[in-house]
Amino acid sequence: MAKVFIYPVNSLILSDLVERFEHKPLTMMNQVREKVTNISLDSPPINITPEDPKIGLRYAAVEVPAGVRGRMSLIGPLIEETEAAIIVENPPANFGCVGCNRTNELMKYLVRDKGVPVLEVKYPESDEDARDFVNKIAAFLESLPEEKPDEDEKPVDEEPAEKEAEE
Amino acid sequence: MSAEESGLVKIALVSCGSEYAGVQPEFEAAAARVDAKFIYPEIDIASIDTIGKDFGLEVASGDLRLMMARAKAVVEGTTKVDGVFITTCFRCAEGAIVRNEVRRYIHKHSEIPVISYSFTERTSAGTLLTRLEALTTIARRRHLLAREVQTGLTAGIDSGSTTTKAVVMRDNKIIGKGWVPTTKVLESADEAYSQALKEAGVAREEVQALGTTGYGRFLIGNHFNAQLIQEEITVNSKGAVYLAGRQKGSATVIDIGGMDNKAISVEDGIPGMFTMGGICAGASGRFFEMISKRLGVEITELGALAVKGMQENVNMNSYCIVFGIQSLVNSLAKGATPEDVAAAACYSVVEQIYEQQLQEVDVKEPLILVGGSSLIEGVPKALGDLLKIEVLVPENSHMIGAVGAALLASGYVEE
Repeated sequence: MAKVFIYPVNSLILSDLVERFEHKPLTMMNQVREKVTNISLDSPPINITPEDPKIGLRYAAVEVPAGVRGRMSLIGPLIEETEAAIIVENPPANFGCVGCNRTNELMKYLVRDKGVPVLEVKYPESDEDARDFVNKIAAFLESLPEEKPDEDEKPVDEEPAEKEAEE
Repeated sequence: MSAEESGLVKIALVSCGSEYAGVQPEFEAAAARVDAKFIYPEIDIASIDTIGKDFGLEVASGDLRLMMARAKAVVEGTTKVDGVFITTCFRCAEGAIVRNEVRRYIHKHSEIPVISYSFTERTSAGTLLTRLEALTTIARRRHLLAREVQTGLTAGIDSGSTTTKAVVMRDNKIIGKGWVPTTKVLESADEAYSQALKEAGVAREEVQALGTTGYGRFLIGNHFNAQLIQEEITVNSKGAVYLAGRQKGSATVIDIGGMDNKAISVEDGIPGMFTMGGICAGASGRFFEMISKRLGVEITELGALAVKGMQENVNMNSYCIVFGIQSLVNSLAKGATPEDVAAAACYSVVEQIYEQQLQEVDVKEPLILVGGSSLIEGVPKALGDLLKIEVLVPENSHMIGAVGAALLASGYVEE
């Protein structure tokens, strides 16, 4: 099972697709659920307090607006866990949307920069495109490892990289 | 049922997602204090994808498109509200563009009062209180704001951050004035009020109604059992058009106070759009106090110096109250005259107000300049030079809050 970051990060359709292939979707909904079920806070509707934009400083500098940093306090920890990602470009609002395009730009960059497998697909505009869209996502999810490698099992490409450095 | 009848004012919150910035509880707390409730105009989610073309402003962020869709719902009456609070993140260019255009759109297509604000995670309920109080007053007390003539024997006290002003009025005339520096809020108010009563020759018991305004309005209003305790946006705009004799039609009021400034667009004596600056002291009366001290002149002499100087002779590279004053003092060492420095100080304050506040209100003539800083002659001159329009400074312009409070308090004499 791989932890799969989805974009839009609150897309129910993507989340469902990932789950159907027995991987774990990393979603905004779960993050918000944790926030709102924490009874020690009282900051409706999603319990973001002034402390959260400060947590967001881990991902964006202080001159970045508070709304971006507040969103990143929820999304940033998901990116840290990410083992694979599906990015859907140009989705309509009802497919999923966090509302702020600066946050979208930042989260997509951080995911791409992480070096994990990323599938980038365009939102379909016809039935044929839709079939192609689902097939691409299905193939990508099938290609991901079902079980995470053991902690003591070193990735095979690590040693050649060290040799290169020595040379 | 109107806001006036129900007491509860419904304010549409049109924001870029303030719930993600940690400020939502502060918004809610400020609204609760003025007996208002935020509502979220309902829209069809599919409209978020098309609103850019409909509205004419195409932006990438979904919540900014949601703001436009909600503004449209308010203007078209799909959602009934008494006021609109438009707010986006501080430092977001895309948000600032949408905030300004949505504000203009609502103002152009409806009579609904609107305020706009850019927030950080540090925005507090206290910061928003005066703004929301003004917004709810416009919705709730239009009948009171329609008052154009002072009747009976009334008084007004303006407890400002720097000075406390008091006036006593009888039958539409100022008959007593008091003006003291604010030290201890209650004692300063008592002293200013006593001065005004003494000059008027009346006893405190004879005053039929009292109004209070300014930073200390709640404290002194409760202490003196005032009939009216009111924030300074509505009081000052009322006082300004009353003293300037421009109660009918459009006007713009700029109030440069000791700690903050207000720019208010007024229509028939009732404020429409307004902004309050309060982040930087470099654009306030405090700047004039400090530069007077560095020049070794009384603040009352600064204006006369400024009108004789040329601000162009001084290289000022910061608006900051610390670095800006350092620039002014350094220029003295390079040969600038105190007159030039005084002129540059006036220009600096006015330029900041122009750049940071006047962009958010539609400047319509007459431009009425009030507040203690309006008495520094260099200030109206610099403002007139910058805007290329005539600036009106009414008599007793520094007493604007106290006069506005006494005028509005007379509404309680008849009641």
